[in-house]
Amino acid sequence: MTNDETKKAVLDIIADIAPDEDLSNLKSDVKLRDQVQLDSMDFLDIVMELRKRHGIEVPEAEYGRLASLDSCAEYLTPKFNALEAKR
Amino acid sequence: MNSRSHYDVVILGAGLSGLAAGVRLAHFGKKVCIFERHNAPGGLNSFYSINGRKFDVGLHAVTNFVPQGVRGTALARVLRQLRIDRAELDLCEQRYSRISFGGKSGVSLKFSNQFSVFETEVATHFPNEVDGLRKLVERIKLTDYSPSAPVVSARVVIREFIHNPLLEDMLLCVPLFYGSAQEGDMSYSQFAMLFQASILEGLARPFDGIRPLIKVLLDKYREGGGEKRMKCGVKKIAVKSGKVSAITLDSDEEITADVVLSSIGALETEALLDYKEGGSKEVKQDVELGKISFAEIISVYKNQPSDLGFTEETALFFNDSERLDYSEPKDLIDLRCGVVCIPNHFNFGGERKMPEGIVKVTCLANYPKWAKLSPEIYSETKKVWYNKMLLRMLDYYPQCSAESLSQSLVQSDMFTPKTIKRYTGHLNGAIYGSPTKNIAGVTSVGNLYLCGTDQGFLGIIGAMLSGITMANTHILTKGVEA
Repeated sequence: MTNDETKKAVLDIIADIAPDEDLSNLKSDVKLRDQVQLDSMDFLDIVMELRKRHGIEVPEAEYGRLASLDSCAEYLTPKFNALEAKR
Repeated sequence: MNSRSHYDVVILGAGLSGLAAGVRLAHFGKKVCIFERHNAPGGLNSFYSINGRKFDVGLHAVTNFVPQGVRGTALARVLRQLRIDRAELDLCEQRYSRISFGGKSGVSLKFSNQFSVFETEVATHFPNEVDGLRKLVERIKLTDYSPSAPVVSARVVIREFIHNPLLEDMLLCVPLFYGSAQEGDMSYSQFAMLFQASILEGLARPFDGIRPLIKVLLDKYREGGGEKRMKCGVKKIAVKSGKVSAITLDSDEEITADVVLSSIGALETEALLDYKEGGSKEVKQDVELGKISFAEIISVYKNQPSDLGFTEETALFFNDSERLDYSEPKDLIDLRCGVVCIPNHFNFGGERKMPEGIVKVTCLANYPKWAKLSPEIYSETKKVWYNKMLLRMLDYYPQCSAESLSQSLVQSDMFTPKTIKRYTGHLNGAIYGSPTKNIAGVTSVGNLYLCGTDQGFLGIIGAMLSGITMANTHILTKGVEA
């Protein structure tokens, strides 16, 4: 899995959670919350969708790693790859 | 014992809160089953048919309407959490509504989904109070709805900003009728929630009433893999060492669950608990029995209401006693105050209009008095009060005549507190449940939580938010904080 594929996976989740948001021009290095209206309930949903769709666990202490698309990629891509290696 | 069905979560009641909780839980992979004693889902907001004609039970309007694109409100949150596309709900806005107090020489305040309309009306009729209203609105927007917020009286808070008792009653009227289980007053946070939902945001209706909303929820629930058992309530919940150990269904079948989420009411749930191991019931906070119940008449006319002399308004909240007396009436029904709703008068868009005229009148009613009537006297009494309520309504629509209404009438129906008791199971026919709300939803039984009316988020959107919040807090993200 590449960083771009990870970003796509996260964007897919956000698009389902917040279909009323325009995600076409998101900047990768800027906090998601500064670009998209996501409240704490929405953020928890991103975490839960990652678990549901991809079997990825994000511990509470590491939620901050999901702040921007870049930080998502940096944090989640190794997790995706570790899961793939197990299969 | 091993053959007993086991669920991650069992939900009592397929009302809007139970269904919304079910959608969330099923979506995130929980094995969940909803048990509903009746054959139709929806609870307080259900539907039925007479002679092939469809009726909604509770729905006057869906509150919390905000235009597409307005985010961060209750409606937006519910849609996101349940993954509902807003277009599926087909929400059509009200035209305008009116709060009319004091009869012919009294005061009327119009309101619409634009708050400025209401503000202007207050400025016209109560010029000294409009600044207070603006400050009150600022306060309402900053309300703390968390379970730890102190419970204070709505009247006490309103009086900090509003000095005219008539305006105080008029501001309370819509929130009281659309959700207060308490007599005469309500808690400030409940007032703020309902004032925000109905006056600051607005009223709307899906063109086909409550059915499409329930259908969307059922479809989502089914897609997620949720199970439901209709015509099968829960009759006993066994409690061992402070936790639910088994659940007995109406069919006498016994099942088990890790967590039970009950939407049937606090006292109603309490009545199901069966403490095992000889243990006595633990000391609980006192939950008060609700006394607020309604009677409603529904008239279906061949003609559109505007052709019968009704004004274009969607809802009318009326009162002609000196002070608004929102309490259990002394008589079977209190005709002094109530609500008229004309479902035809939402803006359905284009050429769409309802084929028949429908007018609903709702008044406070006394459950014990209705419950005491024998079956024959009950139906006779309903007829008598149907006419009384109709005539009362006509006082507010002088262009309508009783004669033309009766010529146009094709069907009528009426529900009483007895009907509410029969179909919702609410003790005392208490439409909005107990005045004691349990915002946290936590009970003395470790894995038993409340959602719905007695948890205390109100209205149709509020009920769904209640189910969502309780499912999130107590099950999906237990021990996790955002």
